[in-house]
Amino acid sequence: MNYIIGAFKPPCIIKIIFSDSKTRKQASIKKENGQTTMVPLFQSQETISGEVSIEPFHGKKVEHIGVKVELLGQIELYFDRGNFYDFTSLVRELDVPGEIYERKAYPFEFSTVEMPYESYNGVNVRLRYILKVTVSRNYVSNIVEYQEFCVRNYSTPPTINNSIKMEVGIEDCLHIEFEYNKSKYHLKDVIIGKIYFLLVRIKIKNMELEIRRRESTGSGPNTYVETETLAKFELMDGAPVRGESIPIRLFLSPYELTPTYRNINNKYSVKYFLNLVLVDEEDRRYFKQQEITVYRLLE
Amino acid sequence: MLPDAGGEDEDKWLAEGIAGLQHNAFYMHRALDSNNLRDALKYSAQMLSELRTSRLSPHKYYELYMRGFDELRKLEMFFKEETRRGCSVIDLYELVQHAGNILPRLYLLCTVGSVCIKSKEVPAKDILKDLVEMCRGIQHPVRGLFLRSYLCQISRDKLPDIGSEYEGDGDSFIDAVEFVLQNFTEMNKLWVRMQHQGPIREKERRDKERRELRDLVGKNLHVLSQIDGIDLDMYKDTVLPRVLEQVVNCKDELAQHYLMDCIIQVFPDEYHLQTLETLLGACPQLQPTVDIMTVLSQLMDRLSNYATSSTEILPEFLQVEAFAKLSNAIGKVIDSQPEMPIFGAITLYVSLLTFTLRVHPDRLDYVDQVLGACVKKLSGKPKIEDNRATKQIVALLSAPVEKYNDIDTALKLTNYPRIMDHLDNGTKKVMAVVIIQSIMKNNTYISTAEKVEALFELIKGLIKDMDGTQDDELDEEDFKEEQNSVARLIHMLYNDDPDEMLEIIQTVRKHILLGGPKRLSLTVPPLIFSALKLVRRLQVHEGDEVTEDVPATPKKIFQILNQIIEALSSVPSSELSLRLYLQCAEAANDCDLEPVAYEFLTQAFILYEEEVADSKAQVTAIHLIIGTLQRMTVFGVENRDTLTHKATGYSAKLLKKPDQCRAVYACSHLFWVESQDGIKDGERVLLCLKRALRIANAAQQMANVTRGSSGPVTLFVEILNKYLHFFEKGNPQITSSAIQGLIELIMTEMQSDSSPSDPSTDAFFSSTIRYIQFQKQKGGAMGEKYEPIKI
Repeated sequence: MNYIIGAFKPPCIIKIIFSDSKTRKQASIKKENGQTTMVPLFQSQETISGEVSIEPFHGKKVEHIGVKVELLGQIELYFDRGNFYDFTSLVRELDVPGEIYERKAYPFEFSTVEMPYESYNGVNVRLRYILKVTVSRNYVSNIVEYQEFCVRNYSTPPTINNSIKMEVGIEDCLHIEFEYNKSKYHLKDVIIGKIYFLLVRIKIKNMELEIRRRESTGSGPNTYVETETLAKFELMDGAPVRGESIPIRLFLSPYELTPTYRNINNKYSVKYFLNLVLVDEEDRRYFKQQEITVYRLLE
Repeated sequence: MLPDAGGEDEDKWLAEGIAGLQHNAFYMHRALDSNNLRDALKYSAQMLSELRTSRLSPHKYYELYMRGFDELRKLEMFFKEETRRGCSVIDLYELVQHAGNILPRLYLLCTVGSVCIKSKEVPAKDILKDLVEMCRGIQHPVRGLFLRSYLCQISRDKLPDIGSEYEGDGDSFIDAVEFVLQNFTEMNKLWVRMQHQGPIREKERRDKERRELRDLVGKNLHVLSQIDGIDLDMYKDTVLPRVLEQVVNCKDELAQHYLMDCIIQVFPDEYHLQTLETLLGACPQLQPTVDIMTVLSQLMDRLSNYATSSTEILPEFLQVEAFAKLSNAIGKVIDSQPEMPIFGAITLYVSLLTFTLRVHPDRLDYVDQVLGACVKKLSGKPKIEDNRATKQIVALLSAPVEKYNDIDTALKLTNYPRIMDHLDNGTKKVMAVVIIQSIMKNNTYISTAEKVEALFELIKGLIKDMDGTQDDELDEEDFKEEQNSVARLIHMLYNDDPDEMLEIIQTVRKHILLGGPKRLSLTVPPLIFSALKLVRRLQVHEGDEVTEDVPATPKKIFQILNQIIEALSSVPSSELSLRLYLQCAEAANDCDLEPVAYEFLTQAFILYEEEVADSKAQVTAIHLIIGTLQRMTVFGVENRDTLTHKATGYSAKLLKKPDQCRAVYACSHLFWVESQDGIKDGERVLLCLKRALRIANAAQQMANVTRGSSGPVTLFVEILNKYLHFFEKGNPQITSSAIQGLIELIMTEMQSDSSPSDPSTDAFFSSTIRYIQFQKQKGGAMGEKYEPIKI
């Protein structure tokens, strides 16, 4: 049995080690099987360097027609299973065809790599960065090893960041004016605001603020839109009367937000919305949705 | 939504709530023990979620809240330790705000806020400002009230007050005041709003629930009153106007009443005094249904207590013109609330009056002013029917009387009787009784005719019949009671000066003679005796000065008396009149006024003849006449003869023989007076006694004839006793043999009697005999005298 299994097993172990793996920050990502794992964290324009080691099993040799390492940026659309769009692809040849008898290490380096998009793991789409080592062989399949890593890009605070102010209502029924202090928030930001009740003729039970994420993938007729509610934050309990103003203070840090992504490689977008919901005593919901921009602030 | 939740359901819900709370509290404790902040926050939030229920009445909710409160204390301790372990209190403050549900979030926030202030890392005022602002998120009245009450509770010892360890830079106590005021305002809004929630038919229940919650709101005012930083200026310029603004604007009866009351109770009197205008200015702006009178009464009560607490304060009252302001305010309140029942208005006046009496006891004009205002309010209104209103008027009128302990002062109040005019007759009487009682209690003597005049004006309800009163409505006993008090009152009218006293008597006479037949018999006697007292007083002074122009001479008084009694006798109340005549006669006798005495006795006899018809009454009357006559010394022989003759004559003409007999032997005393120059006519004594014997005999025979049995031997024994009396007194006409004969007669009568003897007669006789034996044995002059009598 062992012999048979051994026949299909790759004859060697391939390891990819980043040169600064000890000191580099790590981030958790979700794997296909749902488990999270820690991977190194990079940002655009960084140099990605390291070492690939190939160690054949004892007493075996690896014949190959070349060893290469690739840095790939891939977008994977789930409804289009198996189709990867590589928006970045860099290759370094590591070895000329030959045979490997014992452990062999190949240093590699991709300097100042352009990685414009952040790693993202959404409902219908995934964007990921991987290092792929390929040991090419004749007649038998190539030996391939992947190492995923995470990319996050930081931005500076926007120069223009207006508040969101709006008066909405149902005629002769409910008039409110609400205000969020900004339109652009960073991931650890806090939303400060106020809701003024100008007219209340319905019996309100409570009011909450939702953070919703809208992920749209594909284009044209094949657009898939998925909306998730990430947070439900109760703002008010009970029925206010005319003239009341209710404060809003919502910390974003507890929620797993990503920055807003607009039209990533023409494949998908991720947008965030604040949804103000008023619930009346008959459980009817009145709401108003406002987009906010989320960005990642350099810490 | 709970339409008609029975108490049972509610108990069940409460039990569920408590169970849920305890369940989560258990896990919270576990997290606390293992220093697991995340879990502690999670379970505490879940625990506090039980407070989100809408199903409990405030009463039950309170129970749940208190349990939550206890748990939060433990959590607070934990937070405190956590910060000591290095967890930043600011981070903690943010961390608890991650909770998704607002109510648990805010409870936790307040709890951490408390820790935050204690750590002094952040100025107290910033935290407090934030907390009170964030609490706006709870708009549900009951939950909001409890949350804010929690806030009030945890913050009360952490206010940045002057002298507090949390005091910040500058005038941070202003922030403390601001904080409490804001919390108060918001709580009051919630509290007021409560009434509009839910169906109208449950309004009553909601009102009850609101009353249960009112102390939560009031607590803020209490906290406010304890902030040292609030001095008079601050109170005047900021605190009071802000609080009053809220009170006036909430336009809710329950709240306004309670809060006004609160303001009055929690803040110092001194402040009230200095801000009287502002405070009172708010009163007319309150809802018309608010029970302002209790509020104002409270205020006045407090102020008057304050005024009496120290004499140094009184000038302050004068300085701020407290009376004028109060009086003004009350006028405005009454004007602005035309709906107010008359009862309410009068209650206000009563309070004002009480205030005036206590603060300005010397200002009778104020008192009169209050009464005047009341008269004005009452004028044009029909007599008051409302029971409570009447009661209040009685209180109004009683107050000055009680205060001054002296009706004298009340009599000076010109508006006093005018208010009395508005009372119905029954109450007028009650009031009159009150006045009289006050006089009695304090032993106030009314000493001038003028005052007496005023007094009788006040109590005229008792003195004469009022128009339209049905006499038969009156309970006989009550009537007598009333008239008795009038009678007692008459004795309180007194002046040392005889002339003035005479004036008084004249005045009283004038009034009581209007009283009608029923009253006269009860009111005349005291007047007579009062007059007689005067007579006796004059008699004492007699020797000193006898000038002709003095009006108060006994003679004159007797004239008046005569007139009064005459009036009485025409009522008719002949027996009473007769007695009074006799009294007067005796007094005249003492004054040595023979003609007057004679006149009185004559009147007595005339009455006897003409008016006393009842035989029993006659017996009593004749005995009285005899008794009086016996004591008269003033008469000359002729007059005396006439009168005694008359008396004996009437005695013999009584209807029943025994009565005749007794009257006649009583007459015997008229001829034997044991005084220095008294008449001692032994013969006529004997005559009387013999006549009595004859009558007794006749009575005996009549009894034999009619009933076939013996008559009253008693009469004989009685006569025997008279014999013995005169025998001892040395009447020569009474001889031992006569006595001997009488004894034998009695003994024969008793023995010969076939009928059973009367035991009391037997006893009487045997003790008489024993007496004779005793006298004999005693020896001496008396013994010798008795010697001849054989038994």
